[in-house]
Amino acid sequence: MAEQKVWGLLAEFETPQTIFTACEGVRDEGYRHWDACTPFPVHNLDKAMGLGASKVPWIVLALALFGMTAGFTLQWWTSAVDYPVMIAGKPFVAWPAWVPVTFELTILLGAFGAVFGMFGLNRLPTFHHPLFGSERFARVTDDRFFIAIESRDPLYDAKKTKKLLQKLGATHVEEISE
Amino acid sequence: MSAHADLPHLTYENTQLPKESLWRKFPLIGIGIGVVCLALAFVLGGSEGGHEGGEHGGGHQQFYLSYLTAFMFWLAISVGALFFVLIQHGTRAGWSIVVRRIAENWMILLPFFGILVIPLFIGQHDLYHWSHPIAPDDLMLQRKATYYDSTFYTVRTIAIIAIWTLLATALYRWSTRQDKTGDGKLSHKMRWWAPLGFVAFAITTTIGAIDWMMSLDPHWYSTIFGVYYFAASVMASGAVITLSALALQKSGVLKDAITTEHYHDLGKWTFAFIVFWTYIAFSQFFLIWYANIPEETIWFGHRLVHGWEYVSVFLPIAHFVLPFFFLMSRHVKRRRLTLALGAGWLLFAHYVDMFWIIQPAVHGEHFSIHIADLLTLVGLGGVLIGGFAWFMGRGPTAPVQDPRLEESLRFENF
Repeated sequence: MAEQKVWGLLAEFETPQTIFTACEGVRDEGYRHWDACTPFPVHNLDKAMGLGASKVPWIVLALALFGMTAGFTLQWWTSAVDYPVMIAGKPFVAWPAWVPVTFELTILLGAFGAVFGMFGLNRLPTFHHPLFGSERFARVTDDRFFIAIESRDPLYDAKKTKKLLQKLGATHVEEISE
Repeated sequence: MSAHADLPHLTYENTQLPKESLWRKFPLIGIGIGVVCLALAFVLGGSEGGHEGGEHGGGHQQFYLSYLTAFMFWLAISVGALFFVLIQHGTRAGWSIVVRRIAENWMILLPFFGILVIPLFIGQHDLYHWSHPIAPDDLMLQRKATYYDSTFYTVRTIAIIAIWTLLATALYRWSTRQDKTGDGKLSHKMRWWAPLGFVAFAITTTIGAIDWMMSLDPHWYSTIFGVYYFAASVMASGAVITLSALALQKSGVLKDAITTEHYHDLGKWTFAFIVFWTYIAFSQFFLIWYANIPEETIWFGHRLVHGWEYVSVFLPIAHFVLPFFFLMSRHVKRRRLTLALGAGWLLFAHYVDMFWIIQPAVHGEHFSIHIADLLTLVGLGGVLIGGFAWFMGRGPTAPVQDPRLEESLRFENF
């Protein structure tokens, strides 16, 4: 069997404090293709990792504005252009009556933007991930904290990266293959 | 985490306003401004404005109208602050503890509205059409005569302000007592009473809004009117609490205690009520527009002619569209200058809102703005900001011994 390609390194930490400082360390070294996995949200870990602002709000705004336009146009076109019907003596362009649907579509598409935008940015659904090959990684849903650095990172060097992670307090570092 | 290493240590002493600060002088300055401005408004709001719709007026109709507008504007801030305090206790909120004293000091001005409401009684005949003998052919008012009765109205006004006084002084006393004793039981007590406070608050605010504002047009009714005023009041008080916190920090207190995180949350709180106000305001308009019943639509009808139509278009833009898009971004809420600009604008929009509700009742024939409007706004503002400054100077500017203060100081948004 041909040798399997190395995906990256997985480092295990025992407390939120150690992973927090370790993330700062990895960030300061300048790594880009890496991630931290914890059993529960660790406050400010995004800052320790040097992550920028989320792009989700922009997706939400764009889709919400689209929903607003679509909702309004739909009602305008159906009730004032394509098939005008006089209702309760109101003008054909009786815009106040369209506000509830316009509002609801704004919210609906905005919410879709939030949920599916988040899915997209997280590349969900992903059915398999190389990290699942690690036995120890199962404890990420219980009581262990992990940092995974991918081999495609330009700074990645099997030996140096492993040493860095150990220096930052990892109790166990293993190589993950694809 | 590591960022929390240096929490500020708040004590009874280091949270006091500095001796030489403007806050210490403001109670006197404010009352001075108040007396001068209100007196001037009374003189300038006399005769000239009185002839307008005033076949029964005492000659100062414009003054009373301006005064009512300013009264409802400032009352909203204290009423909203009472709600702010109640909801923080009721939900056991942690983030807001460090700014709670600011809200409490606006809330504790409520008893003084018992004095400030007196001109509304003196000018009753100038303002409230229902206080005159009802025409025999006016069936609607005949039916409402039990409710719109001067004695019953007086009883209601006294009861509303008495209930607010009771709520405000109780919450204020317990909170300031905790400054000295640090007794955790007081927190439980405030939390226990908060839900009952909500009920009392909802009923009194609704009746207050109906009696002082909606009854200007006694034929008209809107069941959502109390909620409308409530929504406006919470939004306005959110803006004022934000501006007060900024002003306090300028004077050198709570410097490291109130952080960007707290401002962000105050911004979110205020923003939520911009949207809630819009929701209520539109619902009120929408149902009346859709049903198209003349005795309901007339209220909007008055506001769509004689120059008022411009105000009617300006209001949703100023009170919703502009602040909504401006304050939507977290960066705007987290930057003090932009947040202050937003808060200031909202107070302007809040005044336009009160003006738009109240003034067409008398100036229905043509849009009019009077110097007395500005003078009463500044005059009442002087008195109330003076009162706020006095309460602020009485003790610590934050609940220093609240058992959960640290939770508030540590607070961070995700």
